[in-house]
Amino acid sequence: MIDTITSFLASDIRTATPLLIAGLGILFSSRAGIVNVGTEGFMLVGALAGVVGSWLTNSSLLGSLFAMGVTVLLAAIFAFFVVYLRADQTVVGVAINTFALGATTTLNRILFGMNTSPPLINVFDVVPIPGLSKIPIIGDALFSQPLLTYLAFLSVPIAWFVMYKTHIGLKVRAVGENPRACDTLGISVTKVRTGAILFSGALAGLGGVFISMGQLSFFTEDMVSGRGYMVLAAVVFGRNNPVGVMLATLIFGAGDALMYQIQAAMSGVPYQFSMMLPYLITLIAVCAFKSKTRPPAATGIPYVKE
Amino acid sequence: MAYLDMKNVSKSFGTLVALDNVSLSVQKGTIHALLGENGAGKSTLMNILYGMYQQNEGTIYLDNEEIDIKDSKTALDHGIGMVHQHFTLVPPLTVIENVILGYDKISRVGLQLQKAAKRFEELCQRFNMDISPWAVVEDLSIGQQQRLEILKALFRDVSLLILDEPTAVLTPQETETLFSLLKQLTDEGLTIIFITHKLAEVMNICDCCTVLRNGRVVSEVAVSEIESKEQLASMMVGSNVDLIIHKEEAQTGDVILSVEELCFDDEDRVRRVDDISLAVKSGEILGVCGVDGNGQSELIRCIMGLLHPTGGSISICGEDVTGKTTREVLNHHVSHIPEDRLKMAMIKEFTVNENLALMAYRDQQYGRFGFMNWKWITEQNIKICEEYNVKTQGMHVPAGTLSGGNQQKMVVGRELDREPTLLIAVHPSRGLDVGATKYIQNRLIQERDRGAAILLVSTELDEILELSDRIIVLYRGRAMSTMQRKAATREHLGLLMAGISPKNTTVTPVTM
Repeated sequence: MIDTITSFLASDIRTATPLLIAGLGILFSSRAGIVNVGTEGFMLVGALAGVVGSWLTNSSLLGSLFAMGVTVLLAAIFAFFVVYLRADQTVVGVAINTFALGATTTLNRILFGMNTSPPLINVFDVVPIPGLSKIPIIGDALFSQPLLTYLAFLSVPIAWFVMYKTHIGLKVRAVGENPRACDTLGISVTKVRTGAILFSGALAGLGGVFISMGQLSFFTEDMVSGRGYMVLAAVVFGRNNPVGVMLATLIFGAGDALMYQIQAAMSGVPYQFSMMLPYLITLIAVCAFKSKTRPPAATGIPYVKE
Repeated sequence: MAYLDMKNVSKSFGTLVALDNVSLSVQKGTIHALLGENGAGKSTLMNILYGMYQQNEGTIYLDNEEIDIKDSKTALDHGIGMVHQHFTLVPPLTVIENVILGYDKISRVGLQLQKAAKRFEELCQRFNMDISPWAVVEDLSIGQQQRLEILKALFRDVSLLILDEPTAVLTPQETETLFSLLKQLTDEGLTIIFITHKLAEVMNICDCCTVLRNGRVVSEVAVSEIESKEQLASMMVGSNVDLIIHKEEAQTGDVILSVEELCFDDEDRVRRVDDISLAVKSGEILGVCGVDGNGQSELIRCIMGLLHPTGGSISICGEDVTGKTTREVLNHHVSHIPEDRLKMAMIKEFTVNENLALMAYRDQQYGRFGFMNWKWITEQNIKICEEYNVKTQGMHVPAGTLSGGNQQKMVVGRELDREPTLLIAVHPSRGLDVGATKYIQNRLIQERDRGAAILLVSTELDEILELSDRIIVLYRGRAMSTMQRKAATREHLGLLMAGISPKNTTVTPVTM
């Protein structure tokens, strides 16, 4: 029983990690008034780019940086369309998703072949924290994780501080609510929004990297499989604040963890049912706890300087 | 030399010339009025000064130094602040967050809200204003929000403050408070530019006045040299204007519109209309008076069938129309001049012809078996345009190309042409120049004399006082009082609009 709890917690945290990393990024762009439907695509591109980078350099760190570079470029394209050309954010986001699925599938097949076994790459190793990881039950679950997982959870208070206690955070929040007010105070709405999009692109990419290199050690086609949308749901469900996003990703992660437990425990149930769980939990959570907080007032509306 | 000198400023948007060789000079420590009708170029000129636009030509001197204002930040750095007509606050943020937004002189990275709040409170004390730095802006009253806008500028140590039509959203008492604040500011050496189209305000508090018309300066005079409001009005309009509405005693008939104990809760379960009862008889104008957002919109939408009332009943000519569809309501010979011309009354991409046909296209004469009889319709519409003075290049130009005044005359023409029994007019003269305003107000009086029952909603106290036969005052969705026009005074209405019953001078309990 204790083993079950430990492995449940461990797997919850592990599945929550990529959602949390991407979620903290999307949080900032969402607060700035950007609906980033392309999160799924950013994560997918990140997942492949990380594997490619790591394969080329033999370093998971360089692989991650490479992946973030690629997704920042992709985010720049997204920003160019929605901030400068004022295109519809949802349409461009969907285009990015479609593009990402096609491009990653094609590149993966070109680089690694179709029916060959995936190459061995450098992935994120588990780094147990001396002492803490020996605590019964939770030690193994909480303190025996990849480095990136610790960083992700440690980033939550940092993100909170930046959001609520610095000029950057205030500008981001204000731009999402009333861009015109910012304009009259000499704040460039374009710069703030572009910055937020690039930042969210980098973190979404890193979230994708964690899926291919933290949870698995290779890339498979469409491996993000809806987690990008779960990130968007987590930001809404988490009421647009960092701590909320963390809790939301842990709840969604619990769905994933539960899925593995059920698959292991009840072999009679068709696996398709247990696979529905994470999505079902996301759906129920978002519907049942209809939050009273509303999205930023200028969400999805391009800003036109008169 | 003057404190501020704007010399030969020109600005055009595409082919439209907004400002043509405009010069303005303002003395230090004075309140300088910028008077003109909508579209005269007042706001454009000030937006150039504040860095929102760039002029095509012309130079700006501040304190004898030529300055180049490329954005609002530069303007603020030069000590120029502006309070826009539509507030530029971020409603969900706190007062102090709004004040500190984009201001990194206290600290560059962190916000240091405590430190900023202390300075803000000192500022509040100095100007005798009571706004908590930790309050959330959307909880503040409109008057407080405006004072916050001024404080926001003062916090940045401005020496020149531009106010764009600051009294448009205030009750008479709030206006008084604002004016005494402005006096105090000029006493302390601040210079104020006051954009307005209200003549009385120029006469009351300004020292000097520049009149703009069609993007040009018509005159610049010291207020002490102005003889009468009429003189000022004719400078503004360019011809002599009759400021008086000619109106006889009302000859009232049967009750046409009757609203009983009407309530409406919005989707957040906030009570927007709270137990309102009213009746409008044929041949009279009932003026609904109140600061914007006190339930007027919801009341009208409930009557028009655009919203479902939560409780109470509405009847027209004795027939119950509560919860009926808008078409059923309209079929009782109801005409509606909606509050927002562009959003509700017309489709600006459609032609004048199509817009005029929008209301009556189902009538027999307008077409048969779903085919429109455009030839006949066009003839009718030409008549409407002639009768209601709509200046248009033709029936087939998009309605959006008409000026605001002509758009409104088109809407009014369409609605009055149906000879309504009940006319609901919401802000019928909002954003119109003096000429168009007077024209539309006179048409409303004519309709009243023809025997229509008129429910008039306006936030302009002058309009309410000039046109109404009876007045109802709304505050937070409740009817504060209903009175005869003769019994109403500006001060009395002002107090009621602020939720204060003059008799016992207590504020009514807040139900929201």
